[in-house]
Amino acid sequence: MTAFVVRRLLIAIPTILFLIVLTFTLMELAPGSPFDSERGVPQYVLDNLEAKYGLDRPAWQRLGLYVWNLATDFDFGPSFTYRDRTVNDVIAQGFPITLTYGLLSGLVAMAVGIPLGITAAIKHNTWLDTLAVGFSIGASVLPNFVMAPILVLVFTLWLGWLPGGGWNGGQWNYLILPVVALATSYMASIARLTRSSMLEVLNAPFIRTARAKGLPMRRVILRHALKPAMLPVISYLGPTFAFLLTGSVLIDMFFSTGGIGQFFVAAALGRDYAIIMGVTVLYGVIVVALNLLVDLLYAWIDPKIRYG
Amino acid sequence: MIRRTLIGLTTVSALALTAAVPSFAADPQPGETLAEDQVFRYRLAAQFPTLDPQLNEETEGFHVIRQLFEGLMNQDSEGNLVPGVAESFEASEGNTVYTFTLREDARWSNGDPVTASDFVYGWRRAADPATASPYQWYVELTQIENAAAVVAGDMEPDALGVEAVDDRTLRVTLEAPLPYFPAMTTYGVLFPAHESTIEAHGDDWTDVENIVSNGAYTLESLSLNEGFTLVKNDQYWDADSVEIERIEGYVIVDDNQALTRYEAGEFDMLEPVPAGTFPRLQEERPDEANSVPRLCSYYYPFNFRAGDDVPEALSDPNVRYALSLAVDRDVIVDQILQGGQEAAYNFTHWATAGFEQPTMPMQEMTQAERDAEAQRLWEEAGSPDLDLRFIYNTSDQHRQIATVVSQMWKQKLGVDTTLSNSEWAVYLEQRREGGFDLARSAWCGDYNEASTFLDLMTTTHGSNDGKYSNERLDQLMAESKTSENPQEIYTEVEQIIYDDTAMIPIYHYALTFLLNPEIKGWPLENVENNWYVKDFYRTASE
Repeated sequence: MTAFVVRRLLIAIPTILFLIVLTFTLMELAPGSPFDSERGVPQYVLDNLEAKYGLDRPAWQRLGLYVWNLATDFDFGPSFTYRDRTVNDVIAQGFPITLTYGLLSGLVAMAVGIPLGITAAIKHNTWLDTLAVGFSIGASVLPNFVMAPILVLVFTLWLGWLPGGGWNGGQWNYLILPVVALATSYMASIARLTRSSMLEVLNAPFIRTARAKGLPMRRVILRHALKPAMLPVISYLGPTFAFLLTGSVLIDMFFSTGGIGQFFVAAALGRDYAIIMGVTVLYGVIVVALNLLVDLLYAWIDPKIRYG
Repeated sequence: MIRRTLIGLTTVSALALTAAVPSFAADPQPGETLAEDQVFRYRLAAQFPTLDPQLNEETEGFHVIRQLFEGLMNQDSEGNLVPGVAESFEASEGNTVYTFTLREDARWSNGDPVTASDFVYGWRRAADPATASPYQWYVELTQIENAAAVVAGDMEPDALGVEAVDDRTLRVTLEAPLPYFPAMTTYGVLFPAHESTIEAHGDDWTDVENIVSNGAYTLESLSLNEGFTLVKNDQYWDADSVEIERIEGYVIVDDNQALTRYEAGEFDMLEPVPAGTFPRLQEERPDEANSVPRLCSYYYPFNFRAGDDVPEALSDPNVRYALSLAVDRDVIVDQILQGGQEAAYNFTHWATAGFEQPTMPMQEMTQAERDAEAQRLWEEAGSPDLDLRFIYNTSDQHRQIATVVSQMWKQKLGVDTTLSNSEWAVYLEQRREGGFDLARSAWCGDYNEASTFLDLMTTTHGSNDGKYSNERLDQLMAESKTSENPQEIYTEVEQIIYDDTAMIPIYHYALTFLLNPEIKGWPLENVENNWYVKDFYRTASE
């Protein structure tokens, strides 16, 4: 197992390096520059800016320097847009915010979605099943860019219960709307996945055996059915969490959270090469780490899976 | 976007301000009850990149910098010049030497006095190539002695023609007489800077825990892409007249979400309102909906580059004129924009100070007459078979306008148009490099005077992306700089642009916003929209 983890971590290094080179190349190819503006800026101003940010060097030097600074100092360099910030500052501000509401959304989606799916499966073809399925279909056709304005309309404008945006240091009432808006569609997917997977498992021979032994239903579900039923859910959760933790651009923009997603989009449009690189590397690391975690969870849940 | 004003400046500077000129401040009227909680909250449409006055280059940032810092001069509610850190100034030697006397009680937020050397330091810093300010060129524009050489790196920053005679006397030497120089000091690039703070913290000096400012407010908190708060600065020399204790800014990118949150009462000022909602808001909230002129013009320049695959027919001024005639501007302003914008037949925005808008021949015709004339000219030119390449940056509104205009051309003249849109950075590069026949463009005045628009059409201007060139126009614009009566020149230049149809002017901008009527003192008459929260106050809700 340890050997497996070490091997995976070693593979992660060239993966991230490849990601850096690819992103860098794409940025080089994209037309436009971070210092473009509607008014033609005088050449001497552009020269000064390019000198300050090292853009006057050849591309390979900049790439080499970037990787070197990252490897030795964990330094992502200064932001081209936010003149008084470094990319490290931007990530330090934005990432904890994104992490907070992303994690909460994932937990809420699981906490509601899994029990809902299990209930629907156990009470298969009853009104409870219909209700749960109806609810999850309803929720999945309401993506977050539809949910968010509806929630703000109802809870901010009409009822006046919750603030329509902002973060305020993560105060609970500022968290509710973004978390609900983001969690809903994932919750629906988890519920449907759990239900179908659970139905399949409940029809399996080992469950029939367990019930034939006279075990109470409750014990059959918790002890025997739940773990195997969770396998497809877990493979879904891996990429989902990677997505949630790296932030939803839409949630950041709509709720002005100050999370990392909004910086990423603004950087892409404004050609802030430093922020694009920094956030891409961060995302890369998260995706690699979560994939590893999912693989380890598989082994824990399914004794048939062994890594050597 | 920078703004300075020339209104009445020639007279002001001739008289020279004296200490007797009252400063401008919050001025509650009898019978008004002040609200308990003196707070002003507003929406920002985008995160400002910096709070460093010398580095800032855009409007959202300047609105905040104007509350945090104070330059030599301020503007009042009509955009007139009033004293800031300088209590008076004197112009001598034919407006080439300006001597500013700073007020004795001006203080930085840490208690240090604001001295003439703080201005010298700030201005040198702005001009220094090592600072790499995107607004470095502004220093050159001021005509301060040696500015051009300093910004080009040919001279050391200390060669700049600004000098601290003593703590309270700042002397500025210009290379050319510039009657409006004092007005230029209202822009952030020429604000003072606190040397020891900047030297100690470098790029981090604007962080909440480091920043030292000299305006009516200080920075309390800042979270990028979320918002910021400012609180009243007790060290400010005129703190006794400042009523608003606290400013809260909310960054909300989505216009519709911003409107919902305004309607929920989360803040007091929303700008701009979402496209197309202004008529409804004006009806539902007549006390809150405002539309004021904004010094920007929307226009479609023709591409005059040789050998750029531009159809031969477009080199005929009559063909260009026919295309311009066929554009029904009223449809665009009344049915698409609906926010108080004005149809444009000339380039310079109608509200520009001291500018008398010429009446163009087209304006005296009905649209039916224009269409008939367009068709006549078109047939005269042999009804060319055109497929125009039109570029614009991706946005619903630009697309709507371009679609409507291309329909008008198709119906009236049988011209095909290929619309192609790209995101901002790509579009700018395209516009600069050619490969289009017409391009969606807009120009916002750097200062409140017609030359800020008309200079753009000179051959060498960096933003003349249609590469229009007219010798007479170049010569006139050069003359206007020293002319006693530039208005006459401007009229002639507008006429040249019109006769040549160098561009198709579409509309002159308006700024639409919602303002809580409890907030008093908003400078509706200041066309540059430079607002100072120190002049506001909040009345109690009824």
